[in-house]
Amino acid sequence: MEVLLSTVLTLFVLGILAAVILYFVAQKFKVEEDPRIDVVEKMLPGANCGGCGFAGCRGMADALVKRDDISDLFCPVGGAATMKSCADYLGKAAPEKEPQVATVRCGGTCAKRPRTNTYDGATSCAVASSLYVGQTGCAFGCLGFGDCQVACSFDAIKVNPETGLPEVDIEKCTACGACVKACPKMIIELRKKWPKGRAVYVSCVSKDKGAVVMKACKAGCIGCSKCQKVCAFEAITVENNVAYIDSTKCRLCRKCVNECPTGAIVLRGMEPLPKEPKAPAAAPAAAKPAAPAAAKSEEIEK
Amino acid sequence: MANNFFVAPSPHLHSAMSTRSIMRDVLIALLPALAVSAAVFGLNVLLVAAVSVLSCVLFEFLAQKYLLGGPCTVGNLSAAVTGLLLAFNLPSSIPLWLVVVGAFVAIVIGKITFGGLGKNPFNPALVGRVFLLISYPVQMTTFPKALDNSWLDAFSGATPLAVVKGADNLASVDFLQMAGGNIPGSLGEVAAAALLLGFLYLLWRKVITWHIPVTVLGTMALFAFVYAAATGMPSAALWQYPLFHLVAGGAMLGAIFMATDYSTSPMTVKGAVIFAVGIGIITMAIRLWGAYPEGMSFAILIMNACVPLINKYIKPRRFGVKK
Amino acid sequence: MNTFPIGGVHPSENKLSRGTAVETLPLPDEVTIPLAQHIGAPATAKVAKGDKVLTGQLIAEASSFMSANIHSPISGTVTAVDMAVNGQGLRQMMITIKREGDEWVETIDRSTELKRECTLAPADIIAKIKDAGIVGMGGATFPTHVKLSVPPGKKAEYLIINGVECEPYLTSDHRTMLERGEELLTGVEILKKALGVDKAVVGIENNKPDAIAHLKSLVEKSFPGIEIMPLKVRYPQGGEKQLIAAVTGREVPPPPGLPIDVGAVVCNASTTVAVYEAVQKNKPLIERIVTITGKELASPKNLLTRMGTPITTLIEAAGGLPEGEVKVLNGGPMMGRAMCNLASPVTKGCSGITVLSGADASRTAESECIKCAKCVSACPMSLEPYFISKLSRRKNWEAVEANNITDCIECGCCQFTCPAGIPLLDYVRLGKQTVMGIIRARAAAAAKK
Repeated sequence: MEVLLSTVLTLFVLGILAAVILYFVAQKFKVEEDPRIDVVEKMLPGANCGGCGFAGCRGMADALVKRDDISDLFCPVGGAATMKSCADYLGKAAPEKEPQVATVRCGGTCAKRPRTNTYDGATSCAVASSLYVGQTGCAFGCLGFGDCQVACSFDAIKVNPETGLPEVDIEKCTACGACVKACPKMIIELRKKWPKGRAVYVSCVSKDKGAVVMKACKAGCIGCSKCQKVCAFEAITVENNVAYIDSTKCRLCRKCVNECPTGAIVLRGMEPLPKEPKAPAAAPAAAKPAAPAAAKSEEIEK
Repeated sequence: MANNFFVAPSPHLHSAMSTRSIMRDVLIALLPALAVSAAVFGLNVLLVAAVSVLSCVLFEFLAQKYLLGGPCTVGNLSAAVTGLLLAFNLPSSIPLWLVVVGAFVAIVIGKITFGGLGKNPFNPALVGRVFLLISYPVQMTTFPKALDNSWLDAFSGATPLAVVKGADNLASVDFLQMAGGNIPGSLGEVAAAALLLGFLYLLWRKVITWHIPVTVLGTMALFAFVYAAATGMPSAALWQYPLFHLVAGGAMLGAIFMATDYSTSPMTVKGAVIFAVGIGIITMAIRLWGAYPEGMSFAILIMNACVPLINKYIKPRRFGVKK
Repeated sequence: MNTFPIGGVHPSENKLSRGTAVETLPLPDEVTIPLAQHIGAPATAKVAKGDKVLTGQLIAEASSFMSANIHSPISGTVTAVDMAVNGQGLRQMMITIKREGDEWVETIDRSTELKRECTLAPADIIAKIKDAGIVGMGGATFPTHVKLSVPPGKKAEYLIINGVECEPYLTSDHRTMLERGEELLTGVEILKKALGVDKAVVGIENNKPDAIAHLKSLVEKSFPGIEIMPLKVRYPQGGEKQLIAAVTGREVPPPPGLPIDVGAVVCNASTTVAVYEAVQKNKPLIERIVTITGKELASPKNLLTRMGTPITTLIEAAGGLPEGEVKVLNGGPMMGRAMCNLASPVTKGCSGITVLSGADASRTAESECIKCAKCVSACPMSLEPYFISKLSRRKNWEAVEANNITDCIECGCCQFTCPAGIPLLDYVRLGKQTVMGIIRARAAAAAKK
């Protein structure tokens, strides 16, 4: 009985003592925080992907609440809807941004870009790229070790073992930009997201001269500028031996696709234009056949 | 050219040591003690060891396959080492089903739940042993007498530590018998000399360094010496008593094979010494003042819990910076 | 016997070509000379396509203090000054020269007789070394004139000659010490004079007893004031900081600490011979001894090779590549760089070509870290490779920096010793490169303010 009593008493006193200490410590180190931060944080997707530039959603919420002008803040995951609800709650102007999608700009599949050696180091594009050219002759192309796949929090980009290239799942991609940062070759770009997965882009970033590109890869851009000449919207520029299509200027007319001699310009989600030599090209004319083509591609998707 | 060119960052050489070779060396180092144990307690020892090793390997295989996923890790022999070490911590008369239970706790709860080899904070074999000790105290502390055919007179049924608890019966201890293994106890507690042989082998193979075993045993000896001096033991006991503590119970087994477990010991030499001193002190405290006659297992587990903290705060001296 | 204080490993030495005397490789028909073959700014080309050049003629000039001159290794016609593929498959500026005979610049003394007397002032010696385009020939390719120009306020006490050659397989320094001992020691005297130091120590690992004995006898005979110090065999003893610690017991402070902070200047043995040739014979750095080695090569050997010679030529001289899986390294197996283009040239820092074949060519499979702490005890810079590597893999750059990543000398002891076969250094190196970039960006930002 005595043992029991002393045990209970000791524990009781210890408990009280600890509670008192905890109370005073909590008082002393209390941090005052704007309660709205919690509310805004709950509105955000909670993926903590870092796509907004902050370490996590909490950081973004903090910035949304504290900054007066939030026009340069954007949550790529939640998109415009989330930003609008946050802005409404805080009584600020909502930032707007066009939806984007990550795009892998390399077409050097195993079949088109022969292997010249076997990489045996750590499975990491960053490690391999700081060591040497890679398993092929192309110094600019995808290394295929999947740093983008590791960086993606949404399971949206995966290296296809057959082609050795990463593929983006357009449905899952939130354009958070993690893969863009992870790629040491700067191959991945966030481009304007057209409806129904449509896209036209140059799937090559090689700055090598045409002859060098041809030697290493059958799908590379050789910088011939044919696409640039045919583009009616000044969307295509050729610099350092490589063409680039500005996705904000491109209207998906697809003429460049047919011009490209190496197939480096990729067309997605649409039928290609019929191969007519020198159609009297004008923008409105091109827009018309685009509609039925889009309908067709819809059918294909179904 | 018919060549396949490999490219990788430097270094391009690798030492011959692998996880598997290390575990194999530990198994080899344990063999002399197993042989002595079998000579002392009979063939039952081999049965317990076989059941323990096989069930550990089986549990590792099953748990890796169905719980953890990933490649099968049985081939690295770490489960076999855990199994043999667990057996060394059990009396030879233990019911075999208890060995299987211990193996389950050691591998599945002590190791796989934390993510497998290298991630377990506690020595799996000791987790199994302490679980059995607490749950089945009777079976775990009933030690068979040594066989009568031994080269020296057989000892009584209680372990020397239990006999000497309080240091009154020190005179009844025969060090030669203890070193030779002719005493009651768990499988691996009986043959200090054979364990030391294993220690030398591990040192030679560079599997472990001397720091942890020597520091643990040194701390224990020093502690025992101070205790003996402070309690006014006769002068002959001043060296006998520390020596007794080194050869008795699981001191050798714990210091050489359990405390040196890679994933549950600190990463730096400095940290390892702190860890080892802690084990020595706690072991002696339990032996002298605790309820159990032996404290090595508990001491190691307690210090295992301190390892993350030690790793965090004890860093190697930076090259080029004087203290 | 002296050695460095912390860490280190001892890989199998495999010095296959240690007993093979240096042979002269026949002159190549064509050479390619990269403009960046040293640490620092690339040199600026001084010739154009179609120019005729003589052997030893300046073809590219140092573009800043931290840069080095480059001279033509053969005589002939420049056929291109353009991008060409290097050993790592990457494009860089190179000068291509087609050989026509072997006509040397007249001022170069090509006689083999030893010229000991040097009456030049220290500044003139350093100027001659700079003109000759000498860089560290052990592999680091640090411009030697920069090393010898002791910054104001600092004082050199020790000249340490690196004859350690701790890399397995390589024997070019070993053969240099054996066959060109007098020139080496004369070079040491010249360097002593240039630096104004009394103490000069040649550190040689104990696995080269013949070189130690040879140099010791030369010192006793006619080179007083130079100490030949045998060192215990341990990798990476040839690392600058490790060698200084082994010889003097002093530790170079962490970055930005330099050897001169502890009063030491380290110079490689082959570089010292090049210094002798530059100062006494006016000969620029246009050839070097390259070890071509590998267990499956028919005849591993040491070749006196003109710079710019394609690596395939050397491999053929040693009997050609073995069949199947190979890894060809520019340098030794611990720190050498694996190559994917064997048409690339021999450069100033190329002390050897190592061919690993069969099972040696590929790495062992990676498994889980077992926390054995072998990497921690092997690290000669007392880092915790397992931890830094993990942080780097997680891209936690702040923590990587806080764990002294910039101390890393990339010796590879951690990865060598790892029983789980984890590519520790791959990630540590990545972390180091990233953190160095962050530090530079921070310094640039601070400078702007």
